[in-house]
Amino acid sequence: MIGRDILGIEDLSREDIDTILETAERMQEIGNREVKKVPTLRGRTVINLFFEPSTRTQTSFEIAGKRLAADVVNFSVSGSSVSKRETLLDTAKTLDAMDPDAVVVRHKVAGVPHRLAKVLKAPVINAGDGAHEHPSQALLDMLTVREQKGRIEGLTITIIGDIAHSRVARSNIYGFKKLGAEVRVAGPPTMLPADVEKSLGVKAYTNLAEAIEGADVVMALRIQMERLEGACFPSVREYAATFGLDRAKLRYAKEDAIVMHPGPVNRGVELSHDLADDRPSVILDQVRNGVALRMALLYLVAGRGGH
Amino acid sequence: MPITPPSASLQEDRNPAVPAVMPRQEERVVLDNESIRRALIRIAHEIVESADGTERLYLVAIPNGGVPLARLLADNLESLTGLRPPLGILDTTLYRDDLSTRGSRPLLRRTEMPSSVDDRVVVLVEDVVSTGRTIRAGMDALMDFGRPSHVRVVALVDRGHRELPIKIDYVGKNIPTQPTDKVVFHAVQLPAPDATGSVGRDQSDEDFTIGELELVVRSDSETLEGPE
Amino acid sequence: MSKILIRNGRFLDPSTDTDLPPGAGELLIENGRVVAFETGGNPIPEEGTEILDAEGAWVVPGLIDVHAHLREPGQEYKEDLASGGTAAVAGGFTQVACMANTAPVNDDPSVTKYILDRAEKESPAKIRPIAAATQGLLGEVMTEMVALKEAGAIAFSDDGATISDAAVMRRVLEYSRMADAIVIVHAEDCALRGAGVVNEGTVSTKLGLPGNPAAAEEIMVARDIRLAALTGAKLHIAHVSTAGAVHMIRKAREAGLLVTAEVTPHHLTLTDEDTMGFDTSTRVAPPLRRQTDVDALRRALADGTIDVIATDHAPHASYEKEVEFTEAPPGMLGLETAVAVCLDLVRDGTLTPIEFIRRLSTNAAGLLSLEGGSLKVGSVADVALIEPNQEWNYDPARGFSKSRNSPWAGQSLTGRVTATIVDGRLIYDHERGVLIR
Repeated sequence: MIGRDILGIEDLSREDIDTILETAERMQEIGNREVKKVPTLRGRTVINLFFEPSTRTQTSFEIAGKRLAADVVNFSVSGSSVSKRETLLDTAKTLDAMDPDAVVVRHKVAGVPHRLAKVLKAPVINAGDGAHEHPSQALLDMLTVREQKGRIEGLTITIIGDIAHSRVARSNIYGFKKLGAEVRVAGPPTMLPADVEKSLGVKAYTNLAEAIEGADVVMALRIQMERLEGACFPSVREYAATFGLDRAKLRYAKEDAIVMHPGPVNRGVELSHDLADDRPSVILDQVRNGVALRMALLYLVAGRGGH
Repeated sequence: MPITPPSASLQEDRNPAVPAVMPRQEERVVLDNESIRRALIRIAHEIVESADGTERLYLVAIPNGGVPLARLLADNLESLTGLRPPLGILDTTLYRDDLSTRGSRPLLRRTEMPSSVDDRVVVLVEDVVSTGRTIRAGMDALMDFGRPSHVRVVALVDRGHRELPIKIDYVGKNIPTQPTDKVVFHAVQLPAPDATGSVGRDQSDEDFTIGELELVVRSDSETLEGPE
Repeated sequence: MSKILIRNGRFLDPSTDTDLPPGAGELLIENGRVVAFETGGNPIPEEGTEILDAEGAWVVPGLIDVHAHLREPGQEYKEDLASGGTAAVAGGFTQVACMANTAPVNDDPSVTKYILDRAEKESPAKIRPIAAATQGLLGEVMTEMVALKEAGAIAFSDDGATISDAAVMRRVLEYSRMADAIVIVHAEDCALRGAGVVNEGTVSTKLGLPGNPAAAEEIMVARDIRLAALTGAKLHIAHVSTAGAVHMIRKAREAGLLVTAEVTPHHLTLTDEDTMGFDTSTRVAPPLRRQTDVDALRRALADGTIDVIATDHAPHASYEKEVEFTEAPPGMLGLETAVAVCLDLVRDGTLTPIEFIRRLSTNAAGLLSLEGGSLKVGSVADVALIEPNQEWNYDPARGFSKSRNSPWAGQSLTGRVTATIVDGRLIYDHERGVLIR
């Protein structure tokens, strides 16, 4: 996979996903060492190109790169191409001239990593593009579920929240379905994208209890309260009452169901306070696995041989 | 009944690429089960003789082939000294010097180091040593787990063609080979009588006993007929 | 001025329902007019004529585009009247109606006259300015339609700056009757469209790009049809893109309203699936729709519900398109590819060759009350030669437009304009390029 872009889960085969997850499972051990660094990518350069601030994802990629001994450079840009008067092509050519071995891209508009990947010699890893995909998040979620449940095939996964604007939802839907799970989505109709069942191959629910009935994994998405309140739901209070998860509602799911969240949690909105902190929530496992998973991605693709 | 079919051999994974057209090959068994087990008993004796204090021994197997050998070696050491040394598994892949810029990077193997190696006499166990590059990677990896007082190397086979100044302390057998030969170590794993039968990719070693062992050399006969 | 004798081609004249087999017709042009159109097999004397051998080609009335953006004045880095007019004749268009969203906006007779003066000097194709319907395209105060018409404007439109206020739209339609010109609308409810950049549906859901629902177009088509009924004005709906809009237009025409419509080459041939690679050259307004919409548009064009094919030629500089999908300005080139792209409808049997030409020429002339669209004796000598089976590679960098924003860039197309005659002068030949300016 050296030189290969990781733009979305939709483009990955089941074998690709297995390879990434198995590699990540081996990488987990490095995080438990006293010396958490291996020399594998010594002398290689990873650029974190973030057009949209995301401390968590950027830090996770940075730690992952550093644990593999790569030189990690953070390149943060704010504003659109138009406001900067610099085209994506110019940005890509400029970066390429710096000879990176991998470029990790986050942008608030869907498709930007794809456009950069067409120009860059280095592989592009999509760290989230608009409401499109967030492959490393979905892969770490799959890694966490496999760790917790021992398998993914045959499980029922329910994703709750703003499916329409969520890249995490799309990537997880593609990923879990490829690995043989049943995926359901739930949210107010204003937060379900057009033709969601047909387009994404999921079952959609507007009732939380029905959506999580018998689920093995319940994943709540972060609600962008500033943007959505008044537009997609009348009030945070009503959202929390209808789609907020607490221990009482969780009883509809399987007894051993786990609760996931990509973070950061709006406490008392997506998840009740106690659910955010303790089992069956595995939120901190997700974060921990994020580093190992991103190490696996960098190990498998970093290098300029692919183009 | 073997769980792992013998064809799933544990071999030195230097060049995973398989040529599209397999050349005509000759295969000969150079070490059979008996001779391998005898060699491991002899090596255990040598380790006990040369180590000043068997209580500080720490076996570290380089997967995959080193793992069954190190387990048998630990059994032998235990019966000789009454003390079973800790046994670690150390994948050297991330320390290799040939991680290419093209194609695929090799799949990682298990690393499990049960305790610190500080002040221990670490014995690296490998099935086949040739260029010495894997042992070099193994030593670098080892240093990330602490500061051993001594590092020794066990190889079931030393086939020559060294490229680095690496010395093997305990050798099962020296086998002269052509550089193009493949030296392959097979170990059949059998379910242990009291195995839990749990499934999972990282089955514990306690779930297996080690069955038939064999070391074969495959020669490319066309290459052998070459000018030299 | 020389005489041109065209022969050996397949002559197609929708104005007289003439479709002559190759070799059966000959056409003589002199002093900018068609002076003889021999259809009975009798040769026209060759003496003193320049012979244009049209073997393998269709000979058709010059094509007329009722909707293009030529960017002059103000955005000459994208296109100007010279480059746009040249692209037009290279695409077989002898007359082009250009939209009012220039800088300054064509909302004042002085701008209209400026465009016509510049076009006279610079453009090989005849340029027909469309003036703004409201001042500054702001959707508030109507323009001086009578004066604009007098200055040379042939229609009124705010195009992409949809007039949201129904009362203003009503007044514009009412007043346009006095100027006796059509009002062209880009029908879209802007609030419902919101930030939408691709058709709302499976593609927007998969790409995670903001969707623009078909309903946004259909609501405005419905409103404007009601206002056309209320006012009795001539309403022309630009770039129809949805099956629902087609249905409403069909009903309006059945009811006898003066409603006409156009469709673009891209809405006839591409779908939202073509946006799956995030190529900003596929970003257009209205967005590319679903295959069911494309099918409905093709049927509507065939049955006459939609009158004309219009390019909506919208040049943008490369650097303007090499940005985020949502930031890229909507629009694609059309003048040089329209014939080849739309010949697909002839190849698949949707349109006969003569009906195809009717929708690219004769109907457009009628819509804008222009001379043209005919090969009859006495007609203006605007003629195009089209070789329907010639394959060529479209490279915008080697084309005549200043811009390159085309989803067909680098593709092999079938069907090529080989010669264009404007006012009796051979002005474009695909082997020799532009001959006269």
